Amino acid sequence: MKTDFRYIRRKVFGTMMLGLSLLAALAAVSMLFWILGYTFVKGISAVNLDFFTKLPTPVGVPGGGLANSIVGSIIVVGMAAMMAIPVGIATAIYLSEYGRGAFASTVRFVSDVLAGVPAIVAGIVAYALVVTRMHRFSAFSGSVSLALLMLPIIIRSSEEIFRTVPDTLREASFALGVPKWKTILSIVLKTASGGLVTGTILAIARVGGEAAPLLFTSFSNSFWNFNPGQPIATLPVDLFNYSISPYRDWQQKAWAAALVLVGMVLVLNISARLYLARKGFKRNG
Amino acid sequence: MAERLSRKKIISPEKIFMGMTAIFSLSVLLISALVVYELFSASEPTFHKFGFKFLITKDWDPVQKVYGALPFIWGTFYTSFIALLIALPVSLGIAIFLSELAPAWLRSSVGFLIELLAAIPSLIFGLWGLFVLSPLLQQYIEPPLSNLSFLPFFTGYPLGLGFLNAGLLLAVMIIPTISSISRDVMYTVPANQREGGLALGMTRWEVVSKVVIPNSRSGILGAVVLGLGRALGETMAVTMVIGNTPQFSLSLLDPGYTISSAIANQFTEAFDKLQISALIELGLILFVISVIINAFAKLLMFRMNRFSGGARI
Amino acid sequence: MKNVLMIAAAAMLIAASVSTASAMTLNAAGATFPYPLYSKWFYSYAKQTGTRINYAAIGSGAGIQQIEARTIDFGCSDAPLPGGVQRKNNLFMFPTVGGAVAMAYNLPGVRTGLKLLPSTIADIYLGKVRKWNDPEITRLNPGVNFPNMPVIVVHRSDGSGTTNIFTWFLSDVSPAWRQRVGSGTSVNWPVGLGGKGNQGVAGTIQKTRGAFGYVELAYVLQSGMTYAALKNKSGNWVYPSLANAREAASHAKIPPDFYIKFTNSPGKNSYPIAGFTFMLVPKNLAPAKAAAVKSYVKWAYTNGDKDALSLDYVPLPARLKTRILNELDRQVK
Repeated sequence: MKTDFRYIRRKVFGTMMLGLSLLAALAAVSMLFWILGYTFVKGISAVNLDFFTKLPTPVGVPGGGLANSIVGSIIVVGMAAMMAIPVGIATAIYLSEYGRGAFASTVRFVSDVLAGVPAIVAGIVAYALVVTRMHRFSAFSGSVSLALLMLPIIIRSSEEIFRTVPDTLREASFALGVPKWKTILSIVLKTASGGLVTGTILAIARVGGEAAPLLFTSFSNSFWNFNPGQPIATLPVDLFNYSISPYRDWQQKAWAAALVLVGMVLVLNISARLYLARKGFKRNG
Repeated sequence: MAERLSRKKIISPEKIFMGMTAIFSLSVLLISALVVYELFSASEPTFHKFGFKFLITKDWDPVQKVYGALPFIWGTFYTSFIALLIALPVSLGIAIFLSELAPAWLRSSVGFLIELLAAIPSLIFGLWGLFVLSPLLQQYIEPPLSNLSFLPFFTGYPLGLGFLNAGLLLAVMIIPTISSISRDVMYTVPANQREGGLALGMTRWEVVSKVVIPNSRSGILGAVVLGLGRALGETMAVTMVIGNTPQFSLSLLDPGYTISSAIANQFTEAFDKLQISALIELGLILFVISVIINAFAKLLMFRMNRFSGGARI
Repeated sequence: MKNVLMIAAAAMLIAASVSTASAMTLNAAGATFPYPLYSKWFYSYAKQTGTRINYAAIGSGAGIQQIEARTIDFGCSDAPLPGGVQRKNNLFMFPTVGGAVAMAYNLPGVRTGLKLLPSTIADIYLGKVRKWNDPEITRLNPGVNFPNMPVIVVHRSDGSGTTNIFTWFLSDVSPAWRQRVGSGTSVNWPVGLGGKGNQGVAGTIQKTRGAFGYVELAYVLQSGMTYAALKNKSGNWVYPSLANAREAASHAKIPPDFYIKFTNSPGKNSYPIAGFTFMLVPKNLAPAKAAAVKSYVKWAYTNGDKDALSLDYVPLPARLKTRILNELDRQVK
């Protein structure tokens, strides 16, 4: 009897704790809807076709959009991703598949430290490295600063994902006589791809909205630019400039820019998942 | 002969592949060294002028050209600590829900929604914190808290802006990182371990707390370190809601200041060269803080794994 | 992931095939305060002349850094550079347009028009006056029912030209302020909460009962905040308005280096907290670019006042414009 009672107590406590975990998930999701809802209400009236197709106009001139910054953001973040993803994933492969010694733990440690670098410091570094040498602001220098921010996130999340690939898979591959490097490329990477995508999208999402590192690097541009060597407009910088202006017209555009930024991550996320699902990968993360 | 053999060995595809990944890893070290070098060389003037005093004085006066970093250091630690205190249990809750409880269809959509939280630009978090959260805190949350003013954590006038607001915002911002990595790690605890626990008469919660979490702790710690990294360096959101007052206070209701907000506030408008150098030295200090916290996490890992083996540090 | 890579790759391919614009493009950066007006001016100017001016509002300090490093063609700053620094960097500096700073507050039941002495504002910012029902405040405002509430002082946390103008004003009217704090784009505030940007200060005031702070006039007018009337140097109660700020500007003393300051300006209706924003042009700018900058400034001075007024900026006095154009022609070759 006594043990039964104790078991019930444990059971009740456990159910309570699991209930709390449901509550935690609920809280986080409602937080998202709260903040997104607020942004939506503030910005939706400025989201229209012009917003995606026209160049910006000054306060009070109707019909302007942020087409150039939308494209600019895609270019800058895309170039950053092209720099950070190969380095990040290769480093993560090294750390999880080969790295055992002091060198590996140093790399791991340093990359975690790098994750604490504030966005604006990444901007300062990219400014010193690229802008002062090229003597001009450029989309490229903005990408460098964002890549600096993405790199540690990609390394850490990819390494965690690689570690979730069961060793039995690797061993099975070795047993078939497949060399380690081929095993990594064909088995480990493939199995981890779902999680890698999650991690990479998280990293892109994380840096895609940063304005601070872009202020001194990719600068800003009121016109179209497709040249990585020239200043370029980006959504976060426009968002920042518009949000600090006194005029409702621009403030609305700032909220709209935020909405579009989130929307872009949403589209990226969904399309990556659809792509993986079609390829028949099981989602790992 | 022997030489030729060994050369042949060196250029095996295995070595090339490993060597390439190692070179990429090395590049991470080089990049960090570059960051440190840039920060060091740009903060040379303040080193020269204030030396160690920069770390332990509390006056920050661009008019008199006197700079001390202590209140900013304190604010950075304190806000990140509050954020972690809130975010860790919530994130673990989310991870447990997603990996242990949720049906498959809910799993991916809820996980996706929480990751979307990471996509909201930090300035938007800040504006939301200023316009939505701060009046709520000032009217409904902080007045009852200030009744507990016999504790040092709840003294001061309810402003809606300050450590509490900043800590809450930061918590929301790091929850996606911590929860999604923790969830991924919890997934990988083998099913037979869970079944073993249940067979021993454990409740589902006991399986989670005694089997799943201990098995995932190294990944969870990694997630926490990553989340903490973001909390330490987060700029725009914190700047909008912390109140930007360089002071020491334990009180959640009081305004404070963080290193990254100081940089964000002053860097673009600094006229005095020494001020710019002082701000960059603040960036360097943040880097060092990050080193210390990571070293601490590493130590923790080491002690946790001392007897269980398979340590990854 | 692949999608992004492909889009980026496509964008770069386009980049390779499209050459940059053949028309003249000037790059400029700096001050955030005039950005909305400048973007309007640049927009109209590009339409009329084809000359594009690409401006990034990266902050006054950064604008000065960049023009000193010559990464841009001209810089803009909300606070003036002393003549010595101009000479050292071979820059010609002049004002383009001005603004006024309002004292805004959030007091339930109290409407716009609270009367405040300049010395009271200084005392509030020095932490000497801490409550709204302090005699220093109530004495001048009979009939207003002041709550027994702390004055929650709000100031800019970021460095700003608005702060520079406001602390000039406080230093003008309070010896204690001048001695203890001084003036600048960011100072060591004795009391108060810091809000980032006008947006941050305005938001904090609007959301916090008992709050008091200085905000750029355009912000106050656009968002319908309540603000104070101040006693000016001639002893009259004046509201922050474009007309009153223009009158203050017309009394400004103009030194040869155009380091112009007109806080606490004489004149019957002069509003005491106002100032200009400045433009910095390298004296050795490439001739084609120098010509472009000159014709732009001429255009803006001739055609820009209407836009300025509609966005709550203070145009320069006509006399000052002529003088600047002459000097610009002489100094920037």
